[in-house]
Amino acid sequence: MAQKEHSKVIERELTMSRAMVEAIAHEMRENEEVFYMGEDVADYGGIFDSTQGLLDEFGYDRIMDVPISETAYLGAAVGAAQEGMRPIAELMFVDFFGVAMDQIYNQMAKNTYMSGGNVSVPLVLTAAVGGTYNDAAQHSQTLYGTFAHVPGLKVVVPSTAYDAKGLMHNAIRDDDPVMYMFHKRLMGIGWLPAPDGPKTPVPEEDYTIPFGSADVKREGDDVTIVTLGLHVHRALEAAESLADDGVSAEVVDLRSLVPLDTDTVVESVEKTGNLVVVDEDYRSFGVTGEIVASVAEENLGALDSVERLAVPDVPIPYSRPLENEVVPDVADIEAAVERTQ
Amino acid sequence: MVSVNELREMYVDMVTARHYEERLQEEYLEGKQPAFDISAGPIPGELHLAAGHEASAAGVCQHLRDDDTVTAPHRPHHVAIAKGVDLERMTAEIFGRETGLGKGKGGHMHLFDPDVGFACSGIIAEGCPPAAGAGLAAKKRNTDSVAVAYLGEGAIDQGAFLESLNFAAVHDLPVVFVVEDNDWAISMPKGRVTDVENGAQRAGGFDMPGVRVDHDDAVAIYDAAKEAIGRARDRNGPTLMEVQVHRRMGHFMGDPESYRPEEDQEAAAERDSIARLEADLQSHGVDEESIEELRDDAHERVEDAIAFAKDQPEPDPSAAHEDVFVNPPSGVTDTEPEYDLAGGDD
Repeated sequence: MAQKEHSKVIERELTMSRAMVEAIAHEMRENEEVFYMGEDVADYGGIFDSTQGLLDEFGYDRIMDVPISETAYLGAAVGAAQEGMRPIAELMFVDFFGVAMDQIYNQMAKNTYMSGGNVSVPLVLTAAVGGTYNDAAQHSQTLYGTFAHVPGLKVVVPSTAYDAKGLMHNAIRDDDPVMYMFHKRLMGIGWLPAPDGPKTPVPEEDYTIPFGSADVKREGDDVTIVTLGLHVHRALEAAESLADDGVSAEVVDLRSLVPLDTDTVVESVEKTGNLVVVDEDYRSFGVTGEIVASVAEENLGALDSVERLAVPDVPIPYSRPLENEVVPDVADIEAAVERTQ
Repeated sequence: MVSVNELREMYVDMVTARHYEERLQEEYLEGKQPAFDISAGPIPGELHLAAGHEASAAGVCQHLRDDDTVTAPHRPHHVAIAKGVDLERMTAEIFGRETGLGKGKGGHMHLFDPDVGFACSGIIAEGCPPAAGAGLAAKKRNTDSVAVAYLGEGAIDQGAFLESLNFAAVHDLPVVFVVEDNDWAISMPKGRVTDVENGAQRAGGFDMPGVRVDHDDAVAIYDAAKEAIGRARDRNGPTLMEVQVHRRMGHFMGDPESYRPEEDQEAAAERDSIARLEADLQSHGVDEESIEELRDDAHERVEDAIAFAKDQPEPDPSAAHEDVFVNPPSGVTDTEPEYDLAGGDD
């Protein structure tokens, strides 16, 4: 976490889902044009706790359960946003994108451009991402690269409660469409225990974290580990253990893919000379390749070694040993770092 | 009952749209002779003209205001004209010019004029969900504006349409879905892809009123739309309308229509909704001379728009890099104060 001097001490800790909900509630109180639509977001409170408690305060008109018709309700969110409202629409699992891809890829992402900037789409599309709990190939993807690939979507991926709140405030206030991709394993859900890291102190007041500001979650001198989402915490754990072996790893949390903070990554690599990119998405044509290419374009000479860890171009398998095999874990990160030393 | 003045307004919309399509056809084909090269000439790319569809645009949009929202499909010009889209900037867009509605980034299938609530999309039926969203916004804001989604009869088997019908029905949204039935989905006659002859029957599955207008008749469409839009404005929920229109040209310019029987083409040419409306005007006491005057004025407006468009500069190539976002690159200003997060990593 970026620590600043002369600062106010924050003690209160929240889970990532509570922090997300706090930001949404704040924006809904401030602006009547903000509303939330999704499957099981009202009485249930979101399958992954993304709207827990909001129904009580805001009622069914503003916390709207919808038919299982992603094309209709994501498209309706696009239409309402184009009218100037600020809808938040949720894809229960990002894996469900396929049934509504036209609204995401062809309408939400492109209407601003095709209108020459005359139409804005201030829409936040939230989506639960990620695996590690044996839900198999249709419910475990992150698909970061899929959404960062098409021009016109801003893509954010929080890894802590603090970041989740600041990024959510920014997402709702932004005049462009934002994909807000929250990792199920980080939310702090009772039935899906989170690792230690995502629960952090969170200020009560509102604040925004600008997109395109990667956060150095741990400083180090020997290697730069660039990652996002769940794998920030796995990288931090690996860094801790590597420190015992005398390897000092810097962990850069991208926090947003679009816009991408290449400067922070390059600066870190210029210091360490070694780059390890860790991603829970597929390996080819994705985040890892993009980060490596961006650094190479900026300063090829700074790179002494490069490693990338990602899902090795197979669908995410169900069985525990199989899923563990393909999703990078702490030992995989340590091994990748050691290969750079 | 439709007033004489409204008949005149609809007639102007219709002859403007007809002349517009005929003139665009000429402009489009210029530079595409002797060999047809789709990327050549003053208007490149696909061009889907709506000659024969005018009645559905005029009859429905006659009831709409600027604060009502319309989404149209890939064949949008007649609806745009009837909705009051800026004709000069729309034409400049179709010619790919800098002052076009989308600064030359959208083209004829992607026209946006937020000042009059008009948008269109080149993907079949995908304008339906955003129209439902515009209706949702009107409902949430408690205004009496409405939304209209246009689609072709070839789109009624699309999930986006069917999902939108259900979404609009269950939320009682002020939306009217207008299916323009021109008998052909490119080369596919309706009977080969659906057993439902009357597309408005689809409404029954969603407990929504459905109405079909069987003729190319602007007044009949006007009457049906009056009820449907009135119902939406009064907050009594959505309606599905299907209106018979006819396709006087190919699916797109360059379509040889080899799949289409000659008698079908001839029949389409004969059922001319404009001639029918002229007869209506005359029966309301508007003489031939006045009709001709309306027509001449409309033609002149089209000529002016085309002349305007051709006179506009092409976009600077560097503009291709702009307008991906309205708020580049990182959104709102940082408001993050300085915190010391106790318990954070150290």
